[in-house]
Amino acid sequence: MSVKSVAARRRPVVHIVLLVTVIAGLLFAVGAFDGAFAQAGPFGAPRPQAPPPPAGGVLGWIFAKQAEFYRQFSSLIRAAKADGSAAWSLFGLAFLYGVFHAAGPGHGKAVISSYIVANNETWTRGVILSFASALLQALVAVAIVGVAAALLNATAATMGRAVNIIEIVSYSLIILIGVRLLWVKGRAFVALLWTLHRPAAVGAAVTPRQHAAQRDHGHHDHGHHHDHQHHDHAHAQHHHHHAHDDASAWGHAHAPEPEELSGPGGWSRGLSAIVAVGLRPCSGAILVLVFALAQGLFWAGVVSTFVMAIGTAITVAVIASIAVGARAWAQHFAQARSGYGMLAMRGIEVAASVLIIAFGALLLTGYMVSERMVGI
Amino acid sequence: MIHRISICALAACAGLAMATAAAHAHPHVWVTVKSELVYAPDGTVTGVRHAWTFDDMFSTFATQGIEAKKKGEFTREELAPLAEVNVSSLKEYDYFTYAKANGQKVEFNDPLEGYYLDFNPKDTVLTLHFTLPLKAPVKAKELALEVYDREFFVDFSFAEKDPVRLVGAPAQCKLSIGRPQGMSTALTQQLSQLGPNQRDPSLTIGVEYANKISVKCP
Repeated sequence: MSVKSVAARRRPVVHIVLLVTVIAGLLFAVGAFDGAFAQAGPFGAPRPQAPPPPAGGVLGWIFAKQAEFYRQFSSLIRAAKADGSAAWSLFGLAFLYGVFHAAGPGHGKAVISSYIVANNETWTRGVILSFASALLQALVAVAIVGVAAALLNATAATMGRAVNIIEIVSYSLIILIGVRLLWVKGRAFVALLWTLHRPAAVGAAVTPRQHAAQRDHGHHDHGHHHDHQHHDHAHAQHHHHHAHDDASAWGHAHAPEPEELSGPGGWSRGLSAIVAVGLRPCSGAILVLVFALAQGLFWAGVVSTFVMAIGTAITVAVIASIAVGARAWAQHFAQARSGYGMLAMRGIEVAASVLIIAFGALLLTGYMVSERMVGI
Repeated sequence: MIHRISICALAACAGLAMATAAAHAHPHVWVTVKSELVYAPDGTVTGVRHAWTFDDMFSTFATQGIEAKKKGEFTREELAPLAEVNVSSLKEYDYFTYAKANGQKVEFNDPLEGYYLDFNPKDTVLTLHFTLPLKAPVKAKELALEVYDREFFVDFSFAEKDPVRLVGAPAQCKLSIGRPQGMSTALTQQLSQLGPNQRDPSLTIGVEYANKISVKCP
């Protein structure tokens, strides 16, 4: 065995470890960004012992901008009450606030990004997920304030409790989605591992010759990768069951091709992700709505909330696109390495599924809040 | 290729570190603080009397749905239940008030009875009045008092006018006030002039947000 081939044998392992590290690191970064680690509470929360570390540079600037925009809401709503044309400034502000706000914690960036990586979503679907969940968030905020405050004249405490219940449902759904993904992807991973390590036992498994063939196939595929995005998408429904079958095929005779496992899972599953992420309303939006209501300008609050949602959707979509890109980039390496490359991709998917469960659990237990609700 | 991946891995870790450092929300509650340090005739400090005014959005949210005889106005009695919730929930956060006497941390007891909320109908803002007694009155040559939220969810800042008063303090006591940088226009401008990867070490957002009162009684 030549030195070169030893190196070639070692490299896939190194690459797999690195790829998994990079993707996990990226997702976790988004996750950490997504949540302040704290417990929901009235004016604040049980805090870490040390004061918060300084957030300088760009992040500090984002926080500064958010706070600055947020502080202008009340005066602009008052201005809009006196002069209708000020409503346009209000909507402009809402948009900017949305863009900046989503760059900070919350709005399900971590969950959406992990979901995209785990489920091999296309860019289009990533963007749709981002927009749909943001709009649902706005809708829920309007519904809560519209029903609880405007119709029932409920107190802030009551609204806080309503939001709490919604949070529990939302976070539980996130865990469920993660568990389902882990079940499907985990089995695919194990099945592939089985085939790769027991070629003889499973007969038609990956033989060295097939390895070579697959490698070529991989390269070939890659050339078409971008063109095929829509193709993948069109096949979403079709591959959905197929993917499941593959995943359940313990020690099944053949190593599944990436395409076979990449089933985005159909729109119904996409919908579950949208609902899980979009259920939880943004507390900033609720405060704006309640204030607008008190000023007798509820409609302006409603429009602002939806404009804000478009702003947040744009930011979340950008982050989702990065997740899609990161996955495609990983796939680029993985496809050049047939069996182990695929194993790495399955590994990444499993890791992303575990992350979704972790995010859901952290959110549910209150160690990570996307935003503290201003309970009172 | 491995190098490229390693660099990316490093970048991811750096991103993670940065993101973790910034993992806190921007404030949703702004509080303007006016405080009084209360002294006993023997020159010991007995406690702090706070008057915290909440911003109009939060005040509106907090008063949402509270029954009032006169629309748009709330009496102390109507706000009493809310005041009770406020004060009892603040306990968990040490009332955001941290004191040191002669360099030693001193503890506070729960607020005295008689706390209340005021509503200013003109600005539609709530003000919470409460007194925090020290566990044990202390005679301090140097007293430091800070009001802040470590998580920066509540943004505390001293009132422009008369933020701190000494009540019954010995004549020789001298008061000085340190204000947080705040998200001033100047700071925001400074920040916006930074390049995307630039960091200005002179800006320490987050740690410098404490409102510091220091009293020296030589």
